[in-house]
Parts: sequence; C-alpha cells; structure tokens
Amino acid sequence: MTDLFDALTLARMQFAFTVSFHFIFPSFSIGLASYLAVLEGLWLKTGRALYLDLFRYWLKIFAIAFAMGVVSGIVMSYQFGTNWAVFSDKAGPVIGPLMAYEVLTAFFLEAGFLGVMLFGMNRVGKGLHFAATLMVAFGTFVSAFWILSVNSWMQTPTGFEIGANGQFLPGPSWAAIVFNPSFPYRLVHTVLAAYITTAFVVGGVGAWHLLKDRSNPYARKMFAMAMGMAATAVPAQIAAGDLHGLNTLEHQPAKVMAMEGHYRSHATGAPLILFGLPDSAAQTVRYAVQIPKASSLILKHDPNAPLAGLDTVPRADQPPVGIVFWSFRVMVGIGFAMLGLGLWAALARLRGRLYDWPWLHRAAVALSPAGFVAVIAGWVTTEVGRQPWVIYGLLRTKDAASPLDAPAVAASLLAFVVVYFAVFGFGVWYILHLMKDPPHAHESGVPAADVAPIRTAGITPGPASALGGGADKPEDE
Amino acid sequence: MDLTVIWAFIIAFAVFAYVVMDGFDLGIGVLFPTFAVGPERDRAMNSIAPVWDGNETWLVLGGGGLFAAFPLAYAVILPATYPLIIAMLLGLVFRGVAFEYRWRDPGHRRAWDFAFSAGSLVAALAQGMTLGALLQGIRVTGRAYAGSWWDWLTPYTLLVGLGTVAGYALLGAAWLVWKLDGAGQAHARRLARGAALATLALLGLVSLYNVALRPEYAERWLTAPTLWYALPVPVVTALAGLALLRALGRDTHAQPFFLALALFALGMAGIGVTIWPNVVPPSLTIWQAAAPHRSQVFMLVGVALTLPLILAYTAWSYWVFRGKVGGDGYH
Ligand code: HDD
Ligand code: HEM
Ligand code: HEM
Repeated sequence: MTDLFDALTLARMQFAFTVSFHFIFPSFSIGLASYLAVLEGLWLKTGRALYLDLFRYWLKIFAIAFAMGVVSGIVMSYQFGTNWAVFSDKAGPVIGPLMAYEVLTAFFLEAGFLGVMLFGMNRVGKGLHFAATLMVAFGTFVSAFWILSVNSWMQTPTGFEIGANGQFLPGPSWAAIVFNPSFPYRLVHTVLAAYITTAFVVGGVGAWHLLKDRSNPYARKMFAMAMGMAATAVPAQIAAGDLHGLNTLEHQPAKVMAMEGHYRSHATGAPLILFGLPDSAAQTVRYAVQIPKASSLILKHDPNAPLAGLDTVPRADQPPVGIVFWSFRVMVGIGFAMLGLGLWAALARLRGRLYDWPWLHRAAVALSPAGFVAVIAGWVTTEVGRQPWVIYGLLRTKDAASPLDAPAVAASLLAFVVVYFAVFGFGVWYILHLMKDPPHAHESGVPAADVAPIRTAGITPGPASALGGGADKPEDE
Repeated sequence: MDLTVIWAFIIAFAVFAYVVMDGFDLGIGVLFPTFAVGPERDRAMNSIAPVWDGNETWLVLGGGGLFAAFPLAYAVILPATYPLIIAMLLGLVFRGVAFEYRWRDPGHRRAWDFAFSAGSLVAALAQGMTLGALLQGIRVTGRAYAGSWWDWLTPYTLLVGLGTVAGYALLGAAWLVWKLDGAGQAHARRLARGAALATLALLGLVSLYNVALRPEYAERWLTAPTLWYALPVPVVTALAGLALLRALGRDTHAQPFFLALALFALGMAGIGVTIWPNVVPPSLTIWQAAAPHRSQVFMLVGVALTLPLILAYTAWSYWVFRGKVGGDGYH
C-alpha cells in the first residue's frame, strides 16, 4: 500500500472518504429537521393526530441520522489538524474564526435543544417543545451557512492579506471574507439540495407504502407533501445550479472547462459535449456526442461567443478532467430525472390520480436515494474541479499536508473505512427497518399520554420509552 | 488586558467544560460493564441520553477554538499525537451511536453496550495520554512538528492516561449517586469510592513525576517565588480529596459530584501553573502560536454574545431533565 500511495494521496483519500460520508447525514438531517418542524407546526395549528403521528415516525429516524451526523462531523473538525497541518497553520487565522462561529451559533444550538426535542415532549409544554424543534432546524441551517462560507472562501478567497510568516491573515473587513463571491450560490444550491434529498426520501417511503395500501392516510400525506416539494424545489435548484455555474466560470474557469470537457479553445460557438471519454494525456474527449454551439449558448448566452479551453491552462494547474466531467453529468442527470418525476406527480395531481398511479409510485421509490448520489456527485465536482489547489490559486494541495509518515495515514484510513462501513451500515439498516413499517395511529416515540404537559419532578422519561418504542417496548403502544 | 491571554483562558475554559461534562458521560461508559443488564443499565444510560450531545460539543469548541485562536498550536499538537487523536475519534464514534442503536436493536444490545463501554474507555485513555504527551513536551522545528509518530508513547503518558480514566470514572459514578436512588445509588457510591481513591493516588503520582519531567517544571514547583503561588493548589486538592471521601461515606446526593468537579478544577489549575505561558511545551508560547489581533477580536465578539446564551440554554436543558431517573417510572 505504501509503495502505491504516498502520505499526501492517502491524506486526500482520507479527507474525501470521511467528508463524503459525513455529508450524507447533514444532507438528510438539514431537510428532515425542517420537515419535522413543519409537521409539528401543522399539528399545533390543526390539532390533527395524523401530523403528530408522522412527526413521531420521522423523529425516530431523525435521531439515528443526527447521531451519525454528529460523530462523523467531530472527525471532520479534527481532520484539518491531523492531516492538513500546514493548511491549518496558514489558513487558521482566516477560516478558524468562521468555524468557531459555527460551533458557537450552530452546534451548541442543535445539541442544546436536541435533548428536549427528542425526549422532552411531556416535560415542557407543547409550545416550548415546538420552539426546541425550531431551534434544532434553525441550527442545522446556521451550520451550513458557516461551513459553506469556509469552503467557499477556499474556492474563491477574498478579503485577506499575506503575513510575513506566510500565513493568510484577515483583512479589515470580515464581511469580505464571509460573503466571498461563490458563497451565496453555494449556500442556496446546497441547502436546496438538502431539502430535495429529504423530499425524495420522504416521497419514496410514502410511495412504498402506497404501493401496498393506497388508502393509507399517512402514506398519502407524505407522498403529497414530498411531491409538492419536488415540483417546486427542483426547478429552483436547476436555476440555482445554472447561476452557480456562471459564477464558477467567472472565478474558477478551469473547473468549468473540466466539467464541459473543453480541452480546446473555440474561437466561435463552442459545442456542448453531452457524453464522451475525456483523455487528459491526449488532451481530447474521445467518442464525443455533442450539440453544436450549445455550450456557448449556456455559458455566454450567445451561440457564437468564443470560449477558452484547457489549452490556456498550464498542465500542472489542470484539474483531473475525467472525474469532474462525469460527476457533473451524474448530478445534472439526476436533477433532470427529479424534475421529470416532479412534473409527472403534478400532472397526476391535476388528473386526481396522485394516489393511484402505481408506476408513478414505483418511480418515486426508485428515485428515493437519488438525492444522496447527486449531492456527493456535486461535491466531487466542486472539490476535484478546484484541484490542484486547496486555497484556489494560492496554496497547492501538495503543499498543505501534515508531516506524517505514509504508514500512519494508511493505518488510520483503513480504520476509518472499516469502522464507518460497519457502524454507519448498521445505522442505515436501522433506518430502513423503521421505514419498512408504515406510520400508524398512536405512533410511539413519545409516551402516548403526553397530551397535556406533565411536570412530575423526579420522573425522567428516558429514551427507552421516548424513542425505543417499537421492538423492545411493545407496552408503549 | 492582552487578548492572547484572554483567549488562553477561553480555550482552557472550553477544555475544562468538556472534561467535566463529557467526563461523566465517558466515566459512565467506562463503568458500564459493572451494571446489571436490564433496568440498571437503562437508567444509567437514560441519565445522560438527553445531554451527551451538548456535552460533546465542548470538544468541538476546544478543538475548533484552538484552531482559530492558536492555529500553530493546533497544527503542531495534532500531528504529534496523531494515533491518539484518531483512536479518540473512533472511540467517540462507537460511544455516540450506541445511545441510539442499543434501543433499536435488542438482539444486538449487548454488542452495542460493549461498543459504548469500549468506545468510552478508548476515548478517555486517548484524551489523557494526549494531555500527557503535551505536558512531556513536543519537538518543533520551524512551524512544524519534528518528532516521530511514536513520541507520544511513554510511561508518563500512560500514567496520565490511567489517571484520566480514573477521574472520569469518579465523575460518572458521582453523577449516578446524584441521579439514581435505591440499590443503583448504593452501587454507584461504592464505585465512586474506589474511583476516588484511584484518582487521588494517580494524581499524586503524576504530580511527582511532573516535577521530575522537565527542569523548568521542577523550578516552578520547588523554588521561591513561584512556589508560593503554586503551593495552594496541592494543599487545597488534598483537602478536597478528603472532603470527597467523607461525602461518599455519608448519605449524600449531589455533593460528591461537585467535590469531584472541584478536584478537576484544581487539576486544571495545576496544569496551568506547570506550563504557563507555553501552549506547546517547551518551545511555543501562547504569543508565538496566537492568531492575529483581528481574528481574536472578531471571535471575542462572538464569544461575548453567544457564550452567555449557550450557558443559559444548556442550564435550561439540564433543568428540564432534573431529578432522579426513575426505575420503571417512565411510562
Ligand atoms: C471546509 C472545507 C471543506 C468542505 C466544507 C468540504 N471540503 Fe472537500 N476538501 C477540503 C475542504 C472541504 C480540503 C481540505 O481542502 C481538501 C483536502 C485536500 C484538498 O485538496 O482539499 C478537500 C478534498 C476533497 C476531495 C478530494 C479531492 C481530491 O483530492 O482530488 C473530495 C472528493 C472532497 N473534498 C469532497 C467533499 C465533499 C463530499 C464535501 C461535502 C461535505 C466537501 N468536500 C466539503
Ligand atoms: C469539512 C467540512 C466539515 C466539517 C469540519 C464539519 C464539522 C461538523 C461537526 C464537528 C459536526 C458535529 C457537531 C455537533 O456536535 O453537533 C457536524 C455536524 C453537522 N454538519 Fe458538518 N462539517 C463539515 C461539512 C459540512 C457541510 C458542507 C455541511 C452543510 C452544508 C455540514 C452541516 C452539518 C450539519 C447540519 C450538522 C449537524 C446535523 C447533523 O449532524 O446531521 N457539515 N459537522
Ligand atoms: C440539473 C441541474 C443542476 C445544475 C446545472 C447544477 C450545477 C452545479 C454546479 C455548476 C456545481 C459546481 C459549483 C462549483 O463548485 O463551482 C454544483 C455543485 C453542487 N450541486 Fe448541483 N446542479 C444541478 C442539480 C443538483 C441537484 C439535483 C443536487 C442535489 C440534490 C445538486 C447538489 C449539488 C451539491 C451538493 C454541490 C456542491 C456544493 C456547491 O458547490 O454548491 N445539484 N452544481
């Protein structure tokens, strides 16, 4: 292993592995926290038990996803120091404070109110409990805000000075650092992605239970809510992605060249390459299937506009084209497939067939994990596309790593792979197991007697009864 | 006052808050195998389930705060203690998911209980040994760690690691004395007494070893005038230790936990006396490792605005789950 990979490659693999795994959970929990807040709000407003049952059903799933998000996130916050010490030393003064703000304004908020959200329904009033749910949901958004600001600053650094010791130092304005050029686009695109990912999971579960019993009111409600989200958020996401791409063209043109597979510059009207096999050694895309002039039309809004290619970028500064080219197509392909499903569901609703069109439900089940694939593909596009830089144009990845021996990094990478697959594999299995049963009346989760606030000091409703309903404690039902 | 000094105290506070708060969670994990399968284990677990996530967040603040306020120290300490940090993180992965998984999967509950316990033990040991590795000194050249990847493994670091495990076990047992009643409480009290004796013995040993560790430490602890500032620490520690052992001999509830907290606060003060003003002994002072003024000011605003709120809602969530954990009273 150590002859094949040097410490740098191993550290990159380790970062990519741990962060990809980590991001799967936030992309679900950001959306699910908001969905739970909506469900609880609807319950408080309408008083319909249906919403409370749905809330409890998804709360159990949320608890598992959130725990996995937290433990994999702690790993991330130490990865910078363990594997990227030079980067930490150099960039710490600029991005460290943003991450500290994330802890102070987001992580404490989520964690502080999580206990009440999960276990506290019969200890505090309904209103306070709803407030706790809102705080958790808000916390997940604030967390995304800061961490995406950090990541965007690394993509499009602004507002800094370079110190005598080679450190990046903050300039006079923190706003110039936080609101760097790519940040607004990345924030909108990523948060929408989390909502869409969650909507497709919820919709898939609803569709699964509709296929078994199309009169199930819970399944109908979930499916209708999710498809409404799909029909509105996906078009917005495609528009946001388009704007994001134009922003990237401005600030990181080499990344867009890699996404498009443009090795060559075009004096007029660059074609849009739909598919093909990028070959970086020969600097060409083999077997390209292309639409004439379409790339210039999309990127410059003029079919005859000239477009520069990677031949204007030194070889040492080019990103790995193959990965970026394909991951981008995976994301966009899924985006359009999702759009298709959203439109189909809208049509079904118009025709009054939303709940009895089995092929629609089968398609929704098939697409239910698609959000996760799109999200990871999107991040791979973003991150691989900015190589060879960690801080774009300023600090190369190869100059950012810790002074570690390859065996140390190899051993820890192996440990992460084994532990993550085992531990998170079980977690995902538990979640699927919970999804297998449809929601039902008097869904366990919090004790059923919990209509009015009970405040009996001395009796703590533990998670055994609060969450462990189901299998081990049938007497809760 | 100098912002760098303020930041050193903020980081020290975050680390202290982490050590005592997650300390009792991890301590319960370490002691978990001694609890009977069934209600006794469930109650121990339930006494921390609503708060462990908040407790663990202080670790993110300690690490993230170090990254932000003393980036050079973060960039040196983490590579120097690489295997320990990785072991701690993996231990925390197992410990954290076990809270949820054990209720989901009665068939594997024993396995997740084991994961909870082993994860807690590994995390506690690794944290203590990291502290030991820091105290014994880290080799630095230029702006980077310059040692090998086994430098952290010495008899001294093992001793500090064991002391930390014992101390966490003490916190965990004392927490259970507070949160349980009946037979569970009696069991916790017995455990707390054993853990207290072990903690005090190891604390004494580590302190003696410390003085022998580096000449500058000996000078600080054994010669005037610093001796006079330092001396109250061991004296008060000894008194607190005696008070703790007495409290554990009587029918007390919350008292042992607070005395154990006092013991940790004194230990922290002792560490401060030993290494001040270094953040990475022997070569990096807090001023050498500090982030620039603008970063310090920006974050200080954030801390001043948010920390009081954080402390307030953390206290609220503890208050919501106050009182004894009922045996089977939670239906
Ligand atoms: C705060 C910063 C930050 C954030 C939010 C992310 N990344 Fe990143 N990523 C880095 C900071 C970074 C880095 C430290 O800068 C790395 C390590 C090496 C490198 O070049 O960039 C990196 C590398 C890196 C690589 C390897 C690229 C390569 O070496 O060719 C992948 C695949 C990802 N990341 C994927 C992700 C995913 C899926 C993320 C979603 C959460 C993500 N990154 C968020
Ligand atoms: C390398 C980058 C990242 C680091 C260092 C990081 C760090 C962390 C940490 C330490 C936690 C646990 C906090 C706790 O104790 O509650 C966490 C959870 C979380 N992270 Fe990340 N994270 C990264 C990437 C991201 C990204 C890109 C997003 C969102 C766009 C994100 C969103 C969240 C959210 C919402 C949570 C809390 C919810 C959950 O655990 O599922 N993170 N992260
Ligand atoms: C079909 C239309 C879509 C287009 C045109 C599009 C466009 C883009 C572009 C250009 C980037 C790279 C930005 C950069 O780094 O410079 C990106 C990244 C990303 N995409 Fe998409 N996207 C689309 C659909 C989706 C969908 C459906 C999802 C998920 C549900 C998604 C999730 C992401 C994520 C998580 C990232 C990385 C974060 C970021 O840089 O914003 N995208 N997208």
